[in-house]
Amino acid sequence: MSIAETTSKPGLSISGLNISFRNKDGWTSVVRNLGFDIAPGETVAIVGESGSGKSVTALSVLGLLPQQATRIEGSIRLGDKELLSLSPKDLKALRGNEIAMIFQEPMTSLNPTMCIGEQIAESIIAHRGISKAEAKLEAIRLMEKVHIPSAARRYGEYPHQFSGGMRQRVMIAIALACKPALLIADEPTTALDVTIQAQVLNLIKELQEEEGMAVLFITHDMGVVAEVADRMVVMYRGDVVEEGTTTEIFANARHPYTKALLSAVPQLGSMSGSNDPQPFAIYDINTGLATDAAVLKSTVDMSEILLEVKDLSVRFPVQQTIFGKVTARVHAVENVSLTLARGETLAIVGESGSGKSTTGKLVTGLLHPTAGKVEICGKPMRSDTRQSLSRSVQMIFQDPFSSLNPRLTVGRAITEPLRIHKLATETQRDEIAASLLTRVGLSPNIAKRYPHEFSGGQRQRICVARTLALKPSVIIADEAVSALDVSVKAQVVNLLLELQQEMQLGFIFISHDMAVVERISHRVAVMYLGEIVEIGPRAAIFSNPVHPYTRRLIEAVPVPDPSRRRDRHKITDSEIRSPVRAGDYVVPTRTYREVSPGHLVQEVGPEWAA
Amino acid sequence: MFWFLRRGFASLIMLWVIVTLVFMSIHFVPGDPVELLLSQDGGSADPATVQMIREDLGLNRPIVEQYVEKLKGLASFDLGRSMVDDSSVSAEIARRLPRTLELIGLAALISLIIGIPAGIYAALHTGRSFDRVASYLAGFAQGIPVFVLGTLLILVFSQMLKLTSAGGFVAFSQAPGKHMLLLLMPSFSIGIGLAAIVFRITRASTLEVLPLDYVRTARAKGLGDRRIVLHHILRNALIPVITIFALQIGSLLGGTVLVEYVFNWPGLSGMLVSGVNARDYPTVTGVILVISALFIGLNFLVDVLYGLTDPRVRK
Repeated sequence: MSIAETTSKPGLSISGLNISFRNKDGWTSVVRNLGFDIAPGETVAIVGESGSGKSVTALSVLGLLPQQATRIEGSIRLGDKELLSLSPKDLKALRGNEIAMIFQEPMTSLNPTMCIGEQIAESIIAHRGISKAEAKLEAIRLMEKVHIPSAARRYGEYPHQFSGGMRQRVMIAIALACKPALLIADEPTTALDVTIQAQVLNLIKELQEEEGMAVLFITHDMGVVAEVADRMVVMYRGDVVEEGTTTEIFANARHPYTKALLSAVPQLGSMSGSNDPQPFAIYDINTGLATDAAVLKSTVDMSEILLEVKDLSVRFPVQQTIFGKVTARVHAVENVSLTLARGETLAIVGESGSGKSTTGKLVTGLLHPTAGKVEICGKPMRSDTRQSLSRSVQMIFQDPFSSLNPRLTVGRAITEPLRIHKLATETQRDEIAASLLTRVGLSPNIAKRYPHEFSGGQRQRICVARTLALKPSVIIADEAVSALDVSVKAQVVNLLLELQQEMQLGFIFISHDMAVVERISHRVAVMYLGEIVEIGPRAAIFSNPVHPYTRRLIEAVPVPDPSRRRDRHKITDSEIRSPVRAGDYVVPTRTYREVSPGHLVQEVGPEWAA
Repeated sequence: MFWFLRRGFASLIMLWVIVTLVFMSIHFVPGDPVELLLSQDGGSADPATVQMIREDLGLNRPIVEQYVEKLKGLASFDLGRSMVDDSSVSAEIARRLPRTLELIGLAALISLIIGIPAGIYAALHTGRSFDRVASYLAGFAQGIPVFVLGTLLILVFSQMLKLTSAGGFVAFSQAPGKHMLLLLMPSFSIGIGLAAIVFRITRASTLEVLPLDYVRTARAKGLGDRRIVLHHILRNALIPVITIFALQIGSLLGGTVLVEYVFNWPGLSGMLVSGVNARDYPTVTGVILVISALFIGLNFLVDVLYGLTDPRVRK
């Protein structure tokens, strides 16, 4: 690649951009007076939480907002071309050609009925006017370029045969098909596992260096920003609140909102030297003043074991012959043993397919194990005891939008468990709902309202209130804060910690987010392909990870510090393997080694040799 | 290819279950079928005649033997002989079935040609005048009974415009032009209602596909509208259309009675009705078996179509 070719690409320049959406009462302004430039080869990140207008900005550059319902004013220029005054035909010629975009959801962003290769090739054909056969060769070359193994063979496969990470690579291949001058990446790694996220970020960087394109990166993740962006624009409810180089803003944020955002970012390694969880410091967005987090007293009472799981396994048949012989199984959970003491938080971490959510469902009795046993407060869970024991184990789910019935009022949703177990009269239930709502920091008056009136954070508080209704001793939080904005995430984590202080609850905190886990747990179990590969006190796991998988997981977490960017060459292209095994698969006998008191590591199998 | 064979195997099992059910229904219905047959004039049946007909039909033999006999007959496409005129049921079905099939076939074609493009166009322009008028017409077309529409067509095209005769049938081999002309009106009478259903499903499922992420991806690629609609929207939107359409066609197999009656079209449904009226068991079971077999065949075809449109089904 010659220097001339690199510098010939135009940059993006946005100024005075105002965007409004039409609704039934007139026009609502969603982006106000936005302006920034991206030079060729440069990466600018727009950072903000939901409703900040960052994705709307990205779509407006491509002209993808609904025309009748949107009003756009200002200027968006690519080189010397004004994009806002282009005709629909010119805009079409520009999209996918000079400006390309990658979206957040690789699972749904590809057409399920068209083969992968064709989806790449059609973009090439549309803009470069070459023959189908040539386009196919070019598509295979692109698939190789984004490191899709055996590209030629996989050309004819369909999206459902690709993992999330591989689909995002396909999306990147589509985006790069015509060597665009500008690549817009809208939360491209949010839906991916952390080791895959590192690979995809790495790939985007690598391709940017080769092609010399400008990159507009939309994200809410400060770790990702620190990792990739040269400069950043912080948006809050449609306004730019701060703009500057990434190093400058991370070192010396001026606006209170930026400070609040940065302080809410959990930082791996910030907890060394402490054994107990620690709440986040909460910044006031208006004043920028921090409310110092209270120092917590230890809640763990080792003398009372709330939960004991022994040799738990669950397998699902996925493929059978006509005669019912199982030829393939998912080994979702394999020989898992755990204990949870009163007042303790045990985090289960792992990536997709590790069996962490399945373990949570087994413990609550939502799924029945193939083998092994679950004891709650010393009582074994059987079919006759499941109903009564399930009272003491409650669950909070990941998505606060789909885990509340839209037709039930908040009050009814919260007291539903009481009704199912016939524990309180109608009037008592109203009182309980009011007191629980107060307890989770909401007004008791909202009991009569419906879930759609509330934000994600408020809904998650409602879900927490619902789990508390039965006065459980164990709460399983399955990715309970993963879908929330950073500042809201910090508040909900703090709420959970407060509740633990008050009621000595035991938490099983299932998460893929290592930084949050470090903040709130006493002990950590690392799961990989259904098995626990390492378990022990949090401090020991994070300061001395022994198993290669634990190390890989911790290394892959983006560090929210631009001065400590990772060496990109260390990242491998390995995929997360699948827990689907042949029908006659014999589970290897695993042995564990005690590294330090309570810190157990699975003897590393031959599959980790490389 | 494995999914294909598996579905084919399942279809055969289903066919066998239906044969058995139909066989049993004759034997486990309360009352003797022969006595029922002969007692239609009100008087009680003559025992000697009953005995004779029972022997004739093989009803006096052990049930297992009868069942085996029945399966053997089916294997050589022998459905028995009519009790009314002793003609071969298979031969009569073979004569009438193609007529019903071409009626349904043309109706299906008409409905797809109208329904799918109109459905997509309406979904792409929701709330505009075309969408509103078409949705209104579809509601109307779905509500109008087939015999009303049929009679109306006869009134306009045969009585007033004198373009064709009011009904009847001429074999294709004798007069191809006349045959097609006579086929047109009954097909339209069924096709219009079907088109309304196809229109509604296509419109609804296109509206569901439109806001999906992969359609946005296609737009972001800068593809032309035609390609986006044909390759990205239509193919995915067609999956529910196939399901509903196959069910509708299936129910038409036995449901063309009214049209065949109005237009005096000698098809399979007419045969079923007259068979039931005459309590002609061999004819009734024969027609039911053929309709069931066609229904199963149709479902198999739909499964294959599914596999072709949606790669996720091919397991």
